[in-house]
Amino acid sequence: MDELIAALLRGLWTTVQATFGAFALACVLGLIFAMLRRVRIKWIAVPIAWLIEFIRTTPLVVQAVFMWMALPRLIGMPLPALTVGILALGLHYSTYLSEVYRSGIEGVPRGQWEAAVALNFSPAQKWLRIILPQAIPPVLPVMGNYLIVMFKEVPVLMAITLGEMLLAANSYIASTFADGIVPYSLVALFFLAVSYPSSLLVRLMERRLNRQRGA
Amino acid sequence: MSIQAEPVAEPEAERRSVRPVVRYRNICKSFGELEVLKGVDLDILPGEKVAVIGPSGSGKTTLGRLLMTLEEPTSGTIEVDGELLWHMEKRGKLVRANEKHLHRMRSKIGMVFQHFNLFPHMTILRNVTEAPIRVLGMQREEAERSALEMLDKVGLADKRDNYPSQLSGGQKQRVAIARALVMNPQVMVFDEVTSALDPELVGEVLAVIKEIAADGKMAMLLITHEMDFARDVADRVIFIADGRIVEQGPPSRIFSQPESERLQSFLSRFRAGYRAER
Amino acid sequence: MTLQLLLYGTLLAAVLSFVFGLARLSRFAAVRGTASVLVELIRGTSLIVQLFWIYYALPHLGIELPKLPAAVIAIGVNYGAYGSEIVRSAILAVPKGQREAAIALNFNSYQRMRYIIVPQALLRMLPPFGNLQVELLKGTALAYFIGLGEVFYRTMTQLNYYLYLLVPIFAGLLVIYFALSQLVLLFYRWAERRLAAGRM
Repeated sequence: MDELIAALLRGLWTTVQATFGAFALACVLGLIFAMLRRVRIKWIAVPIAWLIEFIRTTPLVVQAVFMWMALPRLIGMPLPALTVGILALGLHYSTYLSEVYRSGIEGVPRGQWEAAVALNFSPAQKWLRIILPQAIPPVLPVMGNYLIVMFKEVPVLMAITLGEMLLAANSYIASTFADGIVPYSLVALFFLAVSYPSSLLVRLMERRLNRQRGA
Repeated sequence: MSIQAEPVAEPEAERRSVRPVVRYRNICKSFGELEVLKGVDLDILPGEKVAVIGPSGSGKTTLGRLLMTLEEPTSGTIEVDGELLWHMEKRGKLVRANEKHLHRMRSKIGMVFQHFNLFPHMTILRNVTEAPIRVLGMQREEAERSALEMLDKVGLADKRDNYPSQLSGGQKQRVAIARALVMNPQVMVFDEVTSALDPELVGEVLAVIKEIAADGKMAMLLITHEMDFARDVADRVIFIADGRIVEQGPPSRIFSQPESERLQSFLSRFRAGYRAER
Repeated sequence: MTLQLLLYGTLLAAVLSFVFGLARLSRFAAVRGTASVLVELIRGTSLIVQLFWIYYALPHLGIELPKLPAAVIAIGVNYGAYGSEIVRSAILAVPKGQREAAIALNFNSYQRMRYIIVPQALLRMLPPFGNLQVELLKGTALAYFIGLGEVFYRTMTQLNYYLYLLVPIFAGLLVIYFALSQLVLLFYRWAERRLAAGRM
């Protein structure tokens, strides 16, 4: 039993690493995607929109396995599962986050854009100092939710041999011929133990944010 | 406490021999801390048209909603057609009525709402036939016949296949009236039915209500701001303020010789408002 | 097989969405509470964990399920829980006056739901259900992990013979999913248009 818990905790650590790494990637990439979609040049914005849709509506597991098999070939050197996992998970969820950014950006009142023009801000200043600081706080709770979602999705990366919790449970079962019931139930419990309090935190954050903005 | 209408002469003697179709007895209603009705007694005779006027927040809408079972009284009773509405007898004791009892009592009461509340996903015809078919168990042809009759009465038979979103406010309200009428209630509550309408559409709705009032048999509880209308249609006018009936009487007296100061100041504000508009 | 999973999974998920959704709106606190707890439990763990649990762990409690039913149940239960939130908020979004008009006309509570409230809520439910449906489609690929022969699994098992065609094969596979999901979204958009005809 102790071995199991130890193995699961190691897996949990891997899961957490994958989650945060992917989330960071998704945040950055998502913002890039969101901005690219707003570009007025049609033959950039439209293909990007289709690309985002394509990645969003096809299974993460397929994308991950694809990258796992193709990337090392492409760049000529082997890649650790964690790296590929972060890339795949991050890329997949960047599409969701780009939508979140979009709604945040569109939530910024029109007048702000006009004020930026009137005060002669450069585009970079406009985005960094005026638009994004107003676009992002309202959508932080939604982003928080996606962090939790990504955390729960990590076991899918078992397909590319990432040593997360579910894989750890499988290995344990395989090596000790144990019953599936305890390991898998523990895995479920671990996930619940992390995700449920997190979701409560996110809801709390949302309420605080709403109060601040006088909603 | 509420003030009962003083017995005057014959009309009142007649009153006492006919059983009221609705009796509010010491009705109190609070929403949490807020006391909205503070002991109301009111009788409505069969076929009587009673107008209820008063400032916002006086509790007049609540009075109508209590009758339509949309709100439950905090204390007091309401009798409809001789039977208690919100209470029933169980093994010799009075208990809060169950849904079955309410359902049976509700068939005697109808309501037209300030915001119409037509069913947007149904055609006009279906809006009017749905309840007769589902609730009264009518056959479709019969329900449609009676619906068309009613729609004709309110002047909208040609809109039978339209959807509510395609109608004006006045038209929607007339359909709502038809929808409620077709269920043949003994008493109908009209809850500020013209308050949400553009001024030029108010007339058509009031005209329809006047016609219905002239038909006679149905009692009407008209909660309204339209003083002229109340004067034309009502047999009796009730003035409610701060959760109590302050004054009541025939429109001829209420509007021209208000006795209480409260009513006087209420009416004067209205007249001033009217004058300013005209 | 993917399509079978999609079909059965969707049916189960749709039913459960309504069951859980309506349960969470129930007058009885016990029903509401149980449903809420169940939904939170399901949403707190991911589909893959649930799938493993149903297929590998349940047998030790005496319930041994063949692959297809296990996958269908996992998918149906998972997406049903998420769908319940869609149902619940769509029903709550129907204006209060509709309920009151229905009461005034003396509809009983079943009739009220069936003829007045739910038909209006249905239109509001469609867009989020469309998205959920796409997620469900993606979820069918996870049946690979229990060896169910849907399209991803079959691709993987044959892959070793065609490794030199790796990129085209995967690209093709992704395109298949993409095409299916676009069809799903088109269907929902068509359904929205049909339901809204004239009335809203």
